[in-house]
Amino acid sequence: MASIFRTIADLWSLVVGLAITGKEFCRPGVTVHYPRAEVTPESAASFRGPIELIGLDKEPAKPRCIACMLCVSACPSGCIAVTRAPAPKPTPEELKAIAEAEARGEKPKRPAPPKAPGTWTYDFSLCSLCGSCVEVCPVDSIGFSNDIYMVGTKREDFVFDQLARLARKAAARKAEPKPAAKPAPSAAPEAAPAPAASPSETGAATPASEA
Amino acid sequence: MNATISFDSVLHVVLALVGVAVFVGLNGLLLVYAERKVAGFIQRRPGPYEVGPQGILQAVADALKLIGKQLVRPDRADPLLFWMAPVLAFFPVLLLFLPLPFSPLLTGWDVNLGLLLILAFAGFNVLALLLAGWGSNNKYGLLGAARAVAQSVAYEIPLLLAVLAIAFQEGTLSLSSIVATQGSMPWQWNIAVQPLAFLIFLISALGETNRAPFDLPEAESELTAGFHTEYSGMGFGMFFLAEYANMIVACSVCTVLFLGGWKGPFLDGAWWFLAKVYALLLAMMWFRWTFPRVRFDQLLNLNWRWLLPLGVLNLLATAFVMKL
Repeated sequence: MASIFRTIADLWSLVVGLAITGKEFCRPGVTVHYPRAEVTPESAASFRGPIELIGLDKEPAKPRCIACMLCVSACPSGCIAVTRAPAPKPTPEELKAIAEAEARGEKPKRPAPPKAPGTWTYDFSLCSLCGSCVEVCPVDSIGFSNDIYMVGTKREDFVFDQLARLARKAAARKAEPKPAAKPAPSAAPEAAPAPAASPSETGAATPASEA
Repeated sequence: MNATISFDSVLHVVLALVGVAVFVGLNGLLLVYAERKVAGFIQRRPGPYEVGPQGILQAVADALKLIGKQLVRPDRADPLLFWMAPVLAFFPVLLLFLPLPFSPLLTGWDVNLGLLLILAFAGFNVLALLLAGWGSNNKYGLLGAARAVAQSVAYEIPLLLAVLAIAFQEGTLSLSSIVATQGSMPWQWNIAVQPLAFLIFLISALGETNRAPFDLPEAESELTAGFHTEYSGMGFGMFFLAEYANMIVACSVCTVLFLGGWKGPFLDGAWWFLAKVYALLLAMMWFRWTFPRVRFDQLLNLNWRWLLPLGVLNLLATAFVMKL
C-alpha cells in the first residue's frame, strides 16, 4: 500500500522533468552560427584548445616553467618536448677565476644552469587534450588556450614553439591599449584591435586564415 | 453498414485514400522537421538550419536522399517477408484515417464502427514489425521484433479499456457520433468526465506507437535500430512514415474521444481538430526529449500492474454510473 502511494508521489517527478525541458524550449539557443555571427569572448573562454605556456606574473614573456619534465612524462601521447636551458657561458673573469682555482687544486664553482626551459615544443597533431600536463604541472605553467580560430594546412603548422608563442602573445598584449585586467581570453573590445590581435596570438606557425 | 456498395461510395473512399496518402506524406515531412526543431530547442540548439530558410527544406532533402538510396537485402534474409514488412507497415495505416472525422464535412468514410476499424487495422503494425525483425536474419532485428510484439500486445489492452469506457458512456462506436455528443467548450469534452481514461489512453498510445520513452523495439543504444536495422532507403522510409502516421492516428483518436474532435470555442471546424492533434503530437515530442527510455521490465510492470487495473476499475465505474 505504501509503495502505491510512493509511486503516485513519484509521478510528480515526471511533471518536474517536463517543466524543465519546457522552460529550456522557450529560452533562446546558445549555438553561435559561427561564420555568420561572431563568437563572443565569453563563449570562447570556455573553449579548451591546444595547451600553452603561462608567463610569470611580473614577466609575461618568460614562462613559469621550471623544466622539471613532469609534463613530458605525464603526457600519454608524447607530444611535449622540453629541454633545459644551458648553463650561462662564464664571463672571461669567471673563466680566469675557474682556471686559477683549478690550478690551486680546488673544485671550482661553475655557474649552474637556470631552472628554465631552453626549448618547449608541442605537437598538437598528437595531443588528445586530456589535460594531464595541466594537472601535473607544479608551477601552473601550462593551461588550455582558447584560440578557436586555429587553422593549419600542413602537419608542421601544428608543431608549436611554445616559448616563441608566449613571447609573441606577451608582446601582443603589451601593444594592446589596456583592455582591463582580464587574463588570457584576449578580452578584445570588438572595435579596436580584435581582428589584428587574434591571428597574431594564434599558434606558432599561424597561417590561421581569417577567412 | 450499408449492404449495397454503390459506385459513388467506392469512389468516395478511393478519393479519401488518395487524400489521406497526401496528408500522411506531407505530415511525415512536417513532423520530422518539427521533431528535430523541438529536440534542438529543448537542448538549446537551432536544430536543422542550413537547408532553406530556418532549415525548412531539410526534411525534403532527407526524403529525396531516402528515395534515391539503393535497397539492400541481407544475404540470407527471407526476400518475401523482408519486402512485405515495410509495405505492410505503411499501407494499412492509410485505412486508419478513413473513419476520422476531421470536420462534419471532411470525413473519409463515416462508418458506424469506425473505432473498431481503427483498433483492428492498427494491429497490422505489430505484424509488420514482427515480419521485419524475423525476415531480416539479424539478431538485433529479431530482438526488436520480439519486444515490439510483447509491448504492443500488452499496451493494446489498457488502450482498449480506455476506449471502451468512452464507448460505454456514449453508447456508440461511430467517431462522428462521439464528437457530436461533446460540446464546444473544454469542460463539455469527454476529458472532463474521463480524465483517468484519457491518461491511460495517452500512455498506452505512446506504448502502441513505440514512441519514447517506450521506444524499446528500436532502442538504438541496445539494438542498433531494432527491427529496421537491415532496412535502407525507402524500406526504412516506409517504417518511418508509418511511425509518424501511427502517431497522427493515435493523436486523432485521442482528440475525437476525449478532446471534442472538431468542436471548440468560437467556431467549430477542422482547424480545431488539427490544432488539437498537433498539440498532442507536440506533447509526444516533448515527452520524447524529456523522459529516458524505460527498461523492458519497467515497461511491462507499468502496463500490467498499473494501467490494466486502473483501466478495469475505470471501466467498472463507468459501467456502474451508466447503469444508474
